[in-house]
Amino acid sequence: MSIPVLKFDAVIVGAGGAGLRSAIQLSEAGLKTAVLSKVFPTRSHTVAAQGGVAASLGNSEEDHWHWHMYDTVKGSDWLGDQDAIEFMVRKANECVVELEHYGMPFDRTDDGKIYQRPFGGHMSNFGEKPVRRSCAAADRTGHAMLHAMYQRNVKANTQFFVEWMALDLIRDAEGHVVGVTAMEMETGQVVIFHTRATIFATGGAGRIYYSSTNAFINTGDGLGMAARAGIPLEDMEFWQFHPTGVAGAGVLITEGVRGEGGILRNANKERFMERYAPNAKDLASRDVVSRAMTTEINEGRGCGVNKDYVLLDITHLDPNTIMKRLPGIREIGLQFAGVDCIKEPLPVVPTCHYQMGGIPTHYSGRVVTPQNGDYNAVVPGFYAAGECACASVHGANRLGTNSLLDLLVFGKSAGDSAVEDLKAGKAHRELPKDAAEQSLARISAIDNRKGGANVHETRLAMQRTMQNHAGVFRFGDMLKSGVEKILEVEKAARELEIKDKSMAWNTARTEALEMENLIEVAKATMLSAEARKESRGAHVRDDAPDTPEFPNGRNDAEWLKHTLFNPVDNSITYKPVNMQPLTVEPIALKTRSY
Amino acid sequence: MERQDYERLRWRCIRRALLELDITLTRFLDDGFDQLTEEEQAAFVDLVALEDHDLWYLISGKEECNEDEARFVPVVEKLRKCSVRLAG
Ligand SMILES: Cc1cc2nc3c(=O)[nH]c(=O)nc-3n(C[C@H](O)[C@H](O)[C@H](O)COP(=O)(O)OP(=O)(O)OC[C@H]3O[C@@H](n4cnc5c(N)ncnc54)[C@H](O)[C@@H]3O)c2cc1C
Repeated sequence: MSIPVLKFDAVIVGAGGAGLRSAIQLSEAGLKTAVLSKVFPTRSHTVAAQGGVAASLGNSEEDHWHWHMYDTVKGSDWLGDQDAIEFMVRKANECVVELEHYGMPFDRTDDGKIYQRPFGGHMSNFGEKPVRRSCAAADRTGHAMLHAMYQRNVKANTQFFVEWMALDLIRDAEGHVVGVTAMEMETGQVVIFHTRATIFATGGAGRIYYSSTNAFINTGDGLGMAARAGIPLEDMEFWQFHPTGVAGAGVLITEGVRGEGGILRNANKERFMERYAPNAKDLASRDVVSRAMTTEINEGRGCGVNKDYVLLDITHLDPNTIMKRLPGIREIGLQFAGVDCIKEPLPVVPTCHYQMGGIPTHYSGRVVTPQNGDYNAVVPGFYAAGECACASVHGANRLGTNSLLDLLVFGKSAGDSAVEDLKAGKAHRELPKDAAEQSLARISAIDNRKGGANVHETRLAMQRTMQNHAGVFRFGDMLKSGVEKILEVEKAARELEIKDKSMAWNTARTEALEMENLIEVAKATMLSAEARKESRGAHVRDDAPDTPEFPNGRNDAEWLKHTLFNPVDNSITYKPVNMQPLTVEPIALKTRSY
Repeated sequence: MERQDYERLRWRCIRRALLELDITLTRFLDDGFDQLTEEEQAAFVDLVALEDHDLWYLISGKEECNEDEARFVPVVEKLRKCSVRLAG
């Protein structure tokens, strides 16, 4: 079968914040650039971000990038690469001001500067006291960001392929990336994008968990494609959980609810946080609260028939306060829990929120992989940015508002690096003869299989396995059995069957193809988590507790290193953390406490 | 509705920017959409073309349809009821 080939200088997979930001660099440099997206660009998940984007502009009070750097390293529990972190925080102001010039309607101070608000973990003077560092556009920060960048791309003649799904990375015999295969959903046609540069900006994969704040689109396609092309995935054991997602739905209930006096209760109506954090109680940090909730559930004090959630109670608050200070919360309770929170408590569980790991990149946005003793050998022609990439700035735990910054800074630098590499010459490399083979074989297997596994059931099995065995609080024996279980689910995921065989708009097929990506991410997460025998940042193990020798369970002597999960043979190797910033002194190891 | 039109609509309902809409619209497609009149189905197609925040504010009752959106009103009513009834 002959497959159409479209030739571009660059293809960018993903039209969220990271993809749109890198496309601007390429198109404005006059390069022929295609952007592929499963949905219309301004329907990418970046839209959901409301909190803002971090930059030490110092508009509201004194601030400095060095302080921002310190907070980010500390937040990462020292697993973040300090060169990449310095790069990001120093570029922050420039990137935010650029966005302003693109037309982003930031909230303003009375004297017309970008207004800044405080956000957890961002401090002044190396951890002294909270600082106002987050720049927002009302409750539509992510949305306004995408709009501004989309318009800029339209002006620069970026070519959009909307409702197209990239399927596989194309690498030639020497390992160079020469493009991707993609499917146009409207026709079901598979096409080859033959390129000189390929940038992945496919976002996160939070749907591997049963309870997730992520929209359904976050299926980790970029990670799946990279994994199938033999590229290892970095630090996949690190996922940030939010303590209060609506049980069963995942929809986020803001921290503000506890700020206004909301109380967490178990099945006995007990205010259990008093036992875990006698001072801060319900206002303790995210990880402390999430762990306490999990312990209550594990010890049989959860609520409901399955005893699998706890309650967030605000029935003692004045209904007027609820309506005024917590807008939208009542609606969320009604819509997703069938509960009126003025009269009854809300069912909540710790919920997966953000993926810290991903495709290993250098801070230039170039994808790197171990080769001949070099941990960071560049994969020529391949770049990644945003939540799908691991630069690594978030290390073991991301600070709020740093991910919108990540996608601006690394979206831009991936674009710049591609421009630089393309300007250095080099024609399109030849396409391998079997460039589309893998994708066609995957589709045909899904279409023709009889007696295979059901997509919906397989996804559910994966999600439950991840939630129960590699959730916010982890146990050695549960991780061990989780490995076995996820490898079982993987077998099913490799044997999917669909009933609808139509070519055009076959959403069943698309979901099956997404499932093949999800399972790569789930497997990488479970196996990487089982292997890391310490607690660090968001990876907290019951068998690596807080002791004087290992504060917070962190063991730097053995585990100050990045995980690289090799999907080809399920093996794990490690690479050192870069503790050497670009220009300043390293931020020395310390116990992470707030 | 033709299969192809329905499947396109389905994709545009189950892959939104906001999880709130993914859940609500998926539920509605599974239970509610079939009972709409042809005219209402056409309105639904246009309704889901709205930006995510705008659509969510309508469904959650934070905002009401403005004058030129009158034909959305019956569909929005049903969406609101569907989410509440099916929850839990
Ligand atoms: C509820 C919520 C609130 C948040 N709030 C904040 C906040 O206030 N501040 C902050 O800094 N961070 C926040 N985050 C995190 C932040 O929003 C994300 O990390 C970030 O937006 C990810 O951007 P991205 O560009 O990497 O990916 P996305 O915006 O998710 O875009 C991914 C793109 O890739 C495309 N794509 C994926 N797979 C394929 C494929 N196979 N083929 C073609 N296209 C594909 C999609 O269509 C989409 O266009 C929040 C996250 C959530 C869930």
